[in-house]
Amino acid sequence: MQVIVAEDISKKYIIDHQKAMRKSSTLRDTFSEKFKHFFGKGEQDEVEKEEFWALRDVNFAVDQGDRVGIIGHNGAGKSTLLKILSKITEPTGGKVTIKGRVASLLEVGTGFHPELTGRENIFLNGAILGMKRHEIKSAFESIVEFAGVEKFLDTPVKRYSSGMYVRLGFAISAHLSPEILIIDEVLAVGDADFQKKCLGKMRDVSESGRTILFVSHNLAAVQSLCNRAFYFEHGRLKMQGDTTHVVNNYLSHVAKTNLEHFWETPEEAPGSDEVRFRTVRIDPEYQGGKHYIDVTTPARVHIEFWNMAERADLNLSLHLYAFTGECIFNVGTTSQSFEKGLVAATLEIPGNFLNDGSYVISIMVVKDTSTVLFQLPDALAFEVEDHREGVTWYGKWPGYVRPQLNFQISQSEVLV
Amino acid sequence: MAYLNEVVIEAGHGAKNYWKDLWKNRELLWILARRDLSVRYKQTAIGAAWAVLRPLATMAVMVFVFEMVGKFEGDAGVPYPLMVLAGITIWTFFANTFTQISHSILLNSNLVTKTYFPRLIMPLSSVLVGFIDFAVSLGLYFIIALWKNHLPGLEIIFLPLFVLLALLTSLSFGLFFSVLNVRFRDIAQLIPFLVQIGFYACPIAYSASLVEASQDAWWYDLYYLNPMVSIINGFKWSLLGDGSFFKVSSLYSTVGVISVMLLISIYYFRKEENSFVDYI
Repeated sequence: MQVIVAEDISKKYIIDHQKAMRKSSTLRDTFSEKFKHFFGKGEQDEVEKEEFWALRDVNFAVDQGDRVGIIGHNGAGKSTLLKILSKITEPTGGKVTIKGRVASLLEVGTGFHPELTGRENIFLNGAILGMKRHEIKSAFESIVEFAGVEKFLDTPVKRYSSGMYVRLGFAISAHLSPEILIIDEVLAVGDADFQKKCLGKMRDVSESGRTILFVSHNLAAVQSLCNRAFYFEHGRLKMQGDTTHVVNNYLSHVAKTNLEHFWETPEEAPGSDEVRFRTVRIDPEYQGGKHYIDVTTPARVHIEFWNMAERADLNLSLHLYAFTGECIFNVGTTSQSFEKGLVAATLEIPGNFLNDGSYVISIMVVKDTSTVLFQLPDALAFEVEDHREGVTWYGKWPGYVRPQLNFQISQSEVLV
Repeated sequence: MAYLNEVVIEAGHGAKNYWKDLWKNRELLWILARRDLSVRYKQTAIGAAWAVLRPLATMAVMVFVFEMVGKFEGDAGVPYPLMVLAGITIWTFFANTFTQISHSILLNSNLVTKTYFPRLIMPLSSVLVGFIDFAVSLGLYFIIALWKNHLPGLEIIFLPLFVLLALLTSLSFGLFFSVLNVRFRDIAQLIPFLVQIGFYACPIAYSASLVEASQDAWWYDLYYLNPMVSIINGFKWSLLGDGSFFKVSSLYSTVGVISVMLLISIYYFRKEENSFVDYI
């Protein structure tokens, strides 16, 4: 039985470039606008209104018991879709038919009031999520136990640690009993232990035959939990089908992003009077038919630059940053004397070294091991996807590096 | 799975089960109201005593300025401080609920962007806080009336009618402003100003009988177009007795203004509520 049928749904936003109507319009703006038009002074091209289609002609059907993972870049329309399905906003065009009670979990602890106690917030949040009072009452004990906040039930939640706050929020929503559950990226928060709990709970829900729609950037979780996947790009449903197939397709698109820069002549290249960059490139050694960088993929960084001075002692320094800004490592070449002309360098980054995540490389040319001649800050950007083998845990793997170190385990004594 | 209710989502839809949905969500209405209430005086030293202090202090100032300095007088046989307190009580009720309703959508923006329920629940639930303050203030009135030996007569049976009318007035204007407030933050600046003007434009610190002297003035009809004028007069009359000035016929225009405004506001609210999230 089809429980969700979407026919040609679209959602349009108007972006007003000149006055940003959408967010911060004031009465005065509107009046003066009207006023100008009234006297024919309003120049039509003065306000540049741009239509932005967050979703465009999306069609799909979800069967009862389907567990659908929704993937795509930020701004691809995933959240807009969830908002439409949750009735938070209405589509500009098209129609969705939903059979069954829907619970949406777009945020953990929606409507929690910081001044209220844990106990009060359980009832508040439950009611906001659409639970009846008696339902909350009967689930109360179990919610408190799941969240592990027994001791702090009568403490205002503003005194909670962020971990407790999130646990309580999730515990409440985990006790919803809808026929269709819509979840947006809840796993992005909380520690590994908590994420494990969440995934376990979601698996329980899915095994009880309910329908789940799940937006996540955690592809490992999507693959473990979902039997189908939707891949959104620029507001369109680009691909749907079997999870593994869709995820692989998505990954091979992601990987092509910002892996190479090339400048034909020194005139157009970034640099200073002394050095100009010609090439910065990362060459992954894809393995096993994959077309994306994952945790196991080795990669080479190639750099080539023009040395414009007659003779100079130069070395390269390369920083690798996590997307969050922390520097993961900094490596430098030895300093050598170079004639005027092209200089090339290669760095090997082994497989099984970087953890999954987004990384940015910056490159510096240094003279006499002390003076920075030029720095190319965001020379390259790439993403490392997750890869799991022989592990049944799908939470976010902690850490910036994921080396395979020699770590042995054995039975040292048998107790009889 | 047994019976599954079917929901259709499309542009301009949603009207079908709206009022039923609203009724189904009445528990949420109550819980949001309780939230506003219990949060109200958290982390204050004297707590709910503020509900007594504020009207009392306002009355004291009014009595000082208008009775002692300005030599104003109430209607014959009506103690001036009691008249002021009655006026303040109903006006504060109106002003509080009106302000709360106007801000209700913005204050709950975290809910608007993350979850669905009939949006009318937010303005409706914000009414309760005003009611509690009103009850406290009314209690205070009775204590002072007892002390002044001027307890209400039979007219008091009409009191609930005027309270209801004040509530409808605040709802009819508040709903309208709450929608505008989502798009134009100017409204948040405007509201305290409106309330302040209203305090002097309405017969709170003075008796409306003074206005009768200007029956031929151009503004006389305009004055009564303000629905709060006759509501305040009626409220005072039901507490203070027949001596207090009240023109019953002025209720016609009041009811008319409220009904028209309420219809417009509900229509406007329903029309805009599905796009709140896009503008908030």
